[in-house]
Amino acid sequence: MGRKLMYTFFALVLTLSLVAFTGQAQAAKEKKKEGPTQFVGILAYRTGPFAAGGSGFSSGMEDYMELINMEGGINGVKYVFEECETAYNTARGVECYNRFKDKMIFVHPLSTGITYALIPKATKDHIVVISSGYGRADASDGRVFPWVFPLPTNYWSQNTAKIKWIAKQEGWDGKDMSTIGKYLKGLKIANLHIDVPYGQETKPILNAMAKKFGFKVRHFPVPWPGIDQKAQWMDIVRRFKADWVINRNWGVSCTVPLKEAARLGFPRNRILGVWWCGSEEDVLPAGPAAKGYYSTNWHGVGRNFPVIQRIIDKVYGKMKGHISFTRVGSVYYNRGVYAGIINTEAIRTAQKKFGNRPLTGDEFRWAMEHLNITAERIKELGAEGFMQPLKFSCADHEGGGKVFFQQWDGQKWVMTGETMEPMKDFVRKMIEKSAEKYAKEQGIKIRDCSKVD
Amino acid sequence: MFYRECGNFKDSYASDMAIFPIPLDRWGFTVMLFLAFVVIPLFASEYLITNIIIPFYCFALSAFGLNILAGYAGQISIGHAAFMAVGAYSSFILYGRYGIPLIPSILGAGVVTAAVGTFFGLPSLRIKGFYLAIATLASQFIIEWVIVHVEWISGGVFGTIQAPEMYIFGWPINTAVRKYFLALCMMVVFMTFGKNLVRGQMGRNWMAIRDIDYAAEIIGVNLYRDKLIAFAVSTFYAGIAGALLCFCYVGAANIEEFNVMTSFALMGMIIIGGLGTVLGSFFGAGFFVTLPILINHSLAAFMDVVPSDILSNIEAIIFGGLIVLFLIVEPYGMARLWHTIKDKLRLWPFPY
Amino acid sequence: MTFFFEVLVNGLMTGIMYSLVGLGFALIFKASDVFNMAQGAMSLFASLALYGFLEQYMHLPLWLALLCTVAVMTIWAYAIVFVVLKPLVNRPPLMLFMATFGVTYLMEGIGQSIYGTQAKGLNLGIPDNTYEVAGIFISSFDLFFTAVAAVLVVGLVWFFQKTRNGRALRAVSDDHEAALCVGIPLLKAWTITWIVAGVVATVAGVAWGTRLGVQYSLSFIALKALPVLIIGGIDSITGVIIAGLIVGAGENLGEVFIGPYVGGGIQTFFPYLLALLVLYFKPYGLFGKEIIERV
Repeated sequence: MGRKLMYTFFALVLTLSLVAFTGQAQAAKEKKKEGPTQFVGILAYRTGPFAAGGSGFSSGMEDYMELINMEGGINGVKYVFEECETAYNTARGVECYNRFKDKMIFVHPLSTGITYALIPKATKDHIVVISSGYGRADASDGRVFPWVFPLPTNYWSQNTAKIKWIAKQEGWDGKDMSTIGKYLKGLKIANLHIDVPYGQETKPILNAMAKKFGFKVRHFPVPWPGIDQKAQWMDIVRRFKADWVINRNWGVSCTVPLKEAARLGFPRNRILGVWWCGSEEDVLPAGPAAKGYYSTNWHGVGRNFPVIQRIIDKVYGKMKGHISFTRVGSVYYNRGVYAGIINTEAIRTAQKKFGNRPLTGDEFRWAMEHLNITAERIKELGAEGFMQPLKFSCADHEGGGKVFFQQWDGQKWVMTGETMEPMKDFVRKMIEKSAEKYAKEQGIKIRDCSKVD
Repeated sequence: MFYRECGNFKDSYASDMAIFPIPLDRWGFTVMLFLAFVVIPLFASEYLITNIIIPFYCFALSAFGLNILAGYAGQISIGHAAFMAVGAYSSFILYGRYGIPLIPSILGAGVVTAAVGTFFGLPSLRIKGFYLAIATLASQFIIEWVIVHVEWISGGVFGTIQAPEMYIFGWPINTAVRKYFLALCMMVVFMTFGKNLVRGQMGRNWMAIRDIDYAAEIIGVNLYRDKLIAFAVSTFYAGIAGALLCFCYVGAANIEEFNVMTSFALMGMIIIGGLGTVLGSFFGAGFFVTLPILINHSLAAFMDVVPSDILSNIEAIIFGGLIVLFLIVEPYGMARLWHTIKDKLRLWPFPY
Repeated sequence: MTFFFEVLVNGLMTGIMYSLVGLGFALIFKASDVFNMAQGAMSLFASLALYGFLEQYMHLPLWLALLCTVAVMTIWAYAIVFVVLKPLVNRPPLMLFMATFGVTYLMEGIGQSIYGTQAKGLNLGIPDNTYEVAGIFISSFDLFFTAVAAVLVVGLVWFFQKTRNGRALRAVSDDHEAALCVGIPLLKAWTITWIVAGVVATVAGVAWGTRLGVQYSLSFIALKALPVLIIGGIDSITGVIIAGLIVGAGENLGEVFIGPYVGGGIQTFFPYLLALLVLYFKPYGLFGKEIIERV
């Protein structure tokens, strides 16, 4: 019994010390920095199967904020940020959101599940949800989703751009939409997707396009976690005999297709990945099998941008970085920097109207809807070629829409330099239809954008 | 000394059979109820109520359901999270799509889940032990697949249903405290029902099956019927808990939330908490729901010192270490630990 | 028809890869009645350690790196047996199962703290070329690991049948108390089991790590091995191999030939359906020890 009591005592001490630390943590948070500050809560995931994406993204965003702070903040307003681990789990994500919701004005949920859970909550709490390249595609309709910004482009736009890009590879000139059907007719496109709601999201748009342009699309679901895809690939290559494969996976299931394709002799330069399958972490494990693989993106990769150089010089020069130096400039890291730029520019826009002070959620939302990042501004930021000009409005919460393409050369991602405009009218129609359906289901009053300033 | 059993004169069968035969326990229970119904809603912060206590209640309910199955009837299931998903989706469909009032929809979700659960309980008639445990994983994967693939359930390819606004008799359930009361009332009602169920004939049958199944059969327990009833009741609880979790906490039903890891966590709750005890379900849920959040909070203090990549992993290490530690301290769960403490308190400060 | 055989052959080879993972489970369950949830995490940790020795922290030659990895897994085996299992001797199997669940968290957390969270490519120079045999494409990589699995199984069978330690383990698995009575040290026997399981986990970790890259998802391979286990019988080594083949072939054929009719993606639960079918006729798997016990 004595030993047991000792253990019990030990456990109690441990638990109590945890509680005590919690108190300390709260106290540490109270520690104020001089001057006005803008709080940013970060929902990160640095453990679990998708840690590569989560750690890169949140570190990139943190480093950019650190850079802004070092350069004197945004007109004197400095960032204060705090991280909360979600482990890619929806319930934990909601907890993190609730932890920060009194202080923060925008949130990057960084997971499809969390985005879905947060949309109604954030709308009620007046917090802007920025779901860069994930979440609901139909949230681009600002009339129904005033608080959600799936910038700079969404999955549906991405897939129309992909189809256009495929047509271009098949010989289309890339401009004349009336002739695109000629090049797509009879093509066989396999949509290899992970079998969770995220993966299913693009099925309708692909089907609609297949009907319109006369190509053939078949969906190959990969059950989570997708570590074995032999069956799908034998089906794709041997039976379906696909011309192109769209790799719509996440995490480890992005890597497996490259290996399987190599094994079956399917050319990797005819596989086109979603932007969540286009990072170094997705292709490096596949080794030489990944060479030639294409993926989409919406921002530049590598360190050859003045903005990334500034981070390297100032933030990493003072050892203030949030991630190992080797990952600076990687795809997920740059994605985080991109998010940091958007946040900062929106805050600047809001400050022009509301004054140089910390903002509220409503002010930030106004700024997001009036955000206009022009090509000149991008040059000023040192992000030329890193990002596309963005312009938001009350109805259009997507902002840009252009999709970049990149290819893995065996060592690093190389931007092909092409950008594709999505089929805007086509996508917009579907988005509005879907958003209106959502509005009807949820009893949301659709905003009249002509009346909003 | 502090925990007294004396002065307790039972003069009827009813008082002998009471849930809390000892006055001190009755007092304790009353105090807990007072805390839950009055003190917490009045004084706890909104953050505490929404993020810690509501999920705690929901998971306690679900863990108790699993406890009925695994702790009382001895049938292990590691596909229980999927039944919570069934409950969540079916309650949203009943309430949001067919306009059935809130409470009946939640109960209906329980019934639907119970039907599904009974079906997936059929293998238990033939197999047992770890074989059964792994066979129940089939239910996890099949249910996930059905929810993702059958468009009628999720209402389209987005695979997620968002919670509609909740009303009871036209009274909106929209604040944290109101949601708290919804979860609390459901929890208390079903816990009471469950506690009485496991005290009664059915519970005794289950325990007989758990202890030695062929002996149970010899003394006249209908094995097949009672095993299936255990599955039905257990999954009924899971369904209710899933519905409550999504209505009161997450606000959306998403299948990825009820994955196999949640199933393992539920199993962990009842083992760490104590198999075959009601109290254990609470302890276990507390351990698995609040501890990660607590650890996360406390580690935030080290944010500037330790790289955040490592910090997140330390969280996993501490949590894993605590699981192992608690098992070593008391393999029969925290409920047993509580009993040990009570035993000590009875004699304190003069143990013999 | 060629297509059918191609799917079949490739499925069988995938099955071997599942068996590699399943073997570790079977070994530990056989010797100590522990259903080891940490098997996937052990594979993850082993491949992380191998990567660490090979590329990340040191640049050792492959054989030395493998040896060091086995040494690391041995340390784990000792830690698990003496810290976790020793206080839990004679407890219900469910508690032990839960303890290994805690070990899973520990291993994943420690592994990722030391070696980082990003996915790493593990290239051991195992050739991955395809050969055409009678119209069927077969990968040399799969063949290599089929051979490795065969060697491993032969080695394990030899170990259990012929060596002193192996016999001691069999005695322990039959009856703990009787084994103790005839002077077999229980903890030593368990430690050996866990070391052997660590070696098997290393092999599985290398096999899957070279395919998927060394990353967290490696611990999911345990999920793939579970139906294999119950079809074969949790405590049977032969059973695991044969069930691995059944599952590999079954799930691939099912996905390709039944999948399209129901919407695809049935790969995850199809093996479980097979398992239920088998269990209906043989409640302790094809080769499992038939015992009446409650859990």
